[in-house]
Amino acid sequence: MSTAISTEWISVCQDNDLIENTGLCALHDGEQVAIFKISLSENSAYDQDIYAISNYDPIGKANVLSRGLLGNIGDHLVVASPLYKQHFDLITGECLEDSEQNIKTYEVRRFNNEIQLKKTVQ
Amino acid sequence: MSKQRIVVVGNGMVGHRFIENLAESSSADNLDIITFSEEPRLAYDRVQLSAYFSGSTAEDLALTDEGYYRDNGVNFVLNDKVVSINKADKVVITASGREEKYDKLVLATGSYPFVPPIPGKDQDHCLVYRTIEDLEAMTASAKVSKVGVVVGGGLLGLEAANALTNLGLETHIVEFAPRLMAVQLDEGGGTLLRRKIEDLGLTVHTEKNTQEIVAGESCRYRMNFADGSFLETDMVLFSAGIRPQDELAREFDLEIGERGGIVINNQCQTSDENIYAIGECALWDGKIFGLVAPGYTMAKVAVSHITGGSNGSTEEFTGADMSTKLKLLGVDVASVGDAHGNTPGAKSYVYNDEVNEVYKRLIVSEDSSRLLGAVLVGDVEAYGNLLQFKLNDMDLPETPEALIAPALGDVPAMGVDALPDSAQICSCYDVSKGAICSAVQNGCTDVGAIKAETSAANGCGGCAAMVKQVVDSELTNLGVEVCNDICEHFAYSRQELADIIRIKGITTFSKLLSEYGSGLGCEICKPTVGSILASYSNEYILKKEHIGLQDTNDVYLGNMQKDGTYSVVPRVPGGEITPEKLIVLGEVAKEYDLYTKVTGGQRIDLFGAQLHELPEIWRKLIDAGFETGHAYGKSLRTVKSCVGSTWCRFGVQDSVSMAIAIEDRYKGLRSPHKTKMAVSGCTRECAEAQSKDVGIIATENGWNLYVCGNGGMRPRHADLFATDLDDETLIKYVDRFFMFYIRTADRLQRTSVWLENLEGGLDYLKEVIIDDKLGICGELESEMTKVVGTYQCEWKTTIENPEKLKRFSHFINADEPDSALAFVEVRGQRRPATEEEKITAIEIVE
Ligand code: SRM
Ligand SMILES: Cc1cc2nc3c(=O)[nH]c(=O)nc-3n(C[C@H](O)[C@H](O)[C@H](O)COP(=O)(O)OP(=O)(O)OC[C@H]3O[C@@H](n4cnc5c(N)ncnc54)[C@H](O)[C@@H]3O)c2cc1C
Ligand code: SF4
Ligand code: FES
Repeated sequence: MSTAISTEWISVCQDNDLIENTGLCALHDGEQVAIFKISLSENSAYDQDIYAISNYDPIGKANVLSRGLLGNIGDHLVVASPLYKQHFDLITGECLEDSEQNIKTYEVRRFNNEIQLKKTVQ
Repeated sequence: MSKQRIVVVGNGMVGHRFIENLAESSSADNLDIITFSEEPRLAYDRVQLSAYFSGSTAEDLALTDEGYYRDNGVNFVLNDKVVSINKADKVVITASGREEKYDKLVLATGSYPFVPPIPGKDQDHCLVYRTIEDLEAMTASAKVSKVGVVVGGGLLGLEAANALTNLGLETHIVEFAPRLMAVQLDEGGGTLLRRKIEDLGLTVHTEKNTQEIVAGESCRYRMNFADGSFLETDMVLFSAGIRPQDELAREFDLEIGERGGIVINNQCQTSDENIYAIGECALWDGKIFGLVAPGYTMAKVAVSHITGGSNGSTEEFTGADMSTKLKLLGVDVASVGDAHGNTPGAKSYVYNDEVNEVYKRLIVSEDSSRLLGAVLVGDVEAYGNLLQFKLNDMDLPETPEALIAPALGDVPAMGVDALPDSAQICSCYDVSKGAICSAVQNGCTDVGAIKAETSAANGCGGCAAMVKQVVDSELTNLGVEVCNDICEHFAYSRQELADIIRIKGITTFSKLLSEYGSGLGCEICKPTVGSILASYSNEYILKKEHIGLQDTNDVYLGNMQKDGTYSVVPRVPGGEITPEKLIVLGEVAKEYDLYTKVTGGQRIDLFGAQLHELPEIWRKLIDAGFETGHAYGKSLRTVKSCVGSTWCRFGVQDSVSMAIAIEDRYKGLRSPHKTKMAVSGCTRECAEAQSKDVGIIATENGWNLYVCGNGGMRPRHADLFATDLDDETLIKYVDRFFMFYIRTADRLQRTSVWLENLEGGLDYLKEVIIDDKLGICGELESEMTKVVGTYQCEWKTTIENPEKLKRFSHFINADEPDSALAFVEVRGQRRPATEEEKITAIEIVE
């Protein structure tokens, strides 16, 4: 096995596949990842517009988070699960209603108009 | 570590509550629970037992069902009595010979009716009143009886007397004491109660000591009394008090009280620390509690002690309040605290109105600062307030008598505001004022919602008036500051946002947010604004600027199901459908293996479609002439119809044609909440129009229009709004009605709740819509014309737009379905597998 690189970026879709203020789901390394794009207004508190978290809603127990509504609750940038409306923080994966249900986040970037997720290689 | 085994003897009201609390505790996974019941069914509502005589069935009375027990992994054995306890080996044995080991044993054996040792008491038609089987025996006996006697004029006896009256018997009450309800009422109250009961045609015999029951002359039996008098009757119902069911404790050496009852400590433990007793079998501080609420508290305490409580602190049982409020034979009776004024120094105020038959007595402390007790007969409105004064040990007003005096001037309103947050409002479900207030803060705005959220008022119902007061007062408290803001992003109510959007002609969320809001928005304001925009500008909801506002159901034009798949509900206007269309639905359902069900709205729902299948399915349906049914939107659902004058021999108008016409007119109309309509062809009302937001019923001369009905969580009959309308006026009124609702209702407020909150109510609504009091009817009509004119089938628009179709796949970068989906077959169709089934399925595969 190669040990030369410890990480690499994998393209999962085009930037224009992602409509502002919505999400989509990508298959990444066998995992379902929800990717979201928010609209950054001039005075926005956020410097990044794309985020990636697990697509699995641990409370509704289904792969649906990419289909939730985006927004903010206080300082948290969140998606509300489409099933039972719990909020998950897009930056930390924290579940605002139940900290035992926090979920995984992924590193994501825009590269030559492609959306890429970081892959960890052993 | 192996699981702790809990054995519960008795599955009555308290035993069941104990199990519920245990199953919901955080330790539930480490427990193995089994319960035994001597009765043939799981727990039922004994408190409501008498409802059986007014038509409730055993099923209605059930507090739970076998599914609940199974889902929570609780084992239960019915029809099997526990007969022996081996404390050394910690084993119980049942009548059928079954042995169960326990770590903790809970005795919830309740009580049994006391039958005085009167010779002749064991004959046929001598009955008691405690179980469903007892009721069946009473019903059977009543069929062959004319006269019935209840022995015992206490609370239960009077309830039993009511039952006998309802069964059509000439009813007598025989009481040993000099008055009725001697425990709860003082002399004045007891006397008035007796008068009222006699007014109803029952006969009350006090100070009668039954000596024997022998064969009668005019009736089946004769009861001979100690004073030489007698009474002839066909049936005798004993209701002379209850005795704790402490047989097991007696035989197997647990400490019992002098006059019975299993002695417990503040943790509800008996003299053996591994054995608990709760409910009516338990004796605490020398007292048996013959009401359900104290039993529920004991259940909670025992659960807390067995599971170690929350954060290590456990609860204690410290006695219970025995105040009661009842309606007996239609007479309102209430008793609070020390009703007899036995407390040293107690003084009382009495109000006795012989004309209107109202008796009230207030018992106060020596210095008149505290309420000790009260008796109310004939008018119990003050009960809620008085109880709170007592329970919370609150200062009485300067003139306590005003609390029971009729409203001659200003009643010193206690105002629920004065209550501490900890005040218990509902004793059946132990719900505090604080819990109700926080539910209100979280969006429950009426008693119905509070009941659903907190369970308050779901038991005996005695607290309902108080619950309402708390809700109203909390709403007033919030109304000023918080409540009207739709969420943290907009300091406006929905109505204000609708006005802004309409008057300023705003067409996008981002413009509204930048000019009137802050932050990014959320799942509350986004769909609300999306809906308002749709009501006024009615653009395609999946346009780039709008798509992020829609709930998932609107984004994918289908209702998301529990597993993330969607349902497909095409419109079937008026419920009329051709055989060809039915065949297409069948074919599509078969091809995609969709679970098919006729809905409650006269159409057909196809469940279990995956994202990538939705466009293909809808293309086929649209080709066959179907349109989207908006089952996903806050918009018009269905217009239900009955077959009407074209076929029905009673129909006076063509209800189907009218239903189709109005469904076509209002389809796609987005509103604060969903709306439903129905049209019936005659007054028999087979379309159930009076349960709809807009209901139309045919008359000889036209149509009667009903508005603001609701089924669902809190049913409400629609109000008659206008009569004998012609087609044109009918449509005009409905146009105005809907647009006025859209303009002024709150978010997720059905028309029923909207009307109830509309100042001026129905009369005002008529003035606005029929008399055009506000001069806005022209505007409302043209707004409606615009929406009707810009209707599009969202599914048709979507399948014609390749860009939009990209979103209809589970993965953006792979052609695979969601691998987590799994189905199980049931009655020839498939349904989503449960989590458990998924796990076992995986084990089989590997
Ligand atoms: C499919 C159906 C049940 C069925 O199998 O028959 C159904 C299914 C749902 N109903 Fe219903 N309701 C259905 C008829 C009803 C009826 C009966 C009727 O319309 O005559 C009622 C009572 C009448 C009424 O609304 O006044 C009804 C009262 C509710 C309520 C309570 C509304 C209320 O005001 O209390 C909800 C919850 C809500 O809307 O907030 C609800 C919500 C729902 C939801 C949307 C729950 C959800 O979020 O998943 C269900 C969506 C199912 C789906 O995926 O399609 N459903 N629901 C019925 C669809 C009718 C249709 O053809 O569109
Ligand atoms: C007609 C009527 C009206 C009432 N109205 C009110 C009211 O308005 N308000 C109020 O607060 N209370 C009321 N009550 C009282 C209330 O029903 C009781 O307080 C409550 O049911 C007590 O619950 P429990 O679980 O302790 O006993 P129960 O509900 O009696 O349950 C005990 C269960 O244990 C079973 N059992 C006993 N021994 C064994 C054994 N050895 N093995 C297996 N099973 C056993 C019994 O068969 C029974 O099913 C009323 C009661 C009646 C009969
Ligand atoms: S009653 Fe409840 S479970 Fe049944 S369809 Fe309606 S919302 Fe769903
Ligand atoms: S007190 Fe009985 S339901 Fe609330």
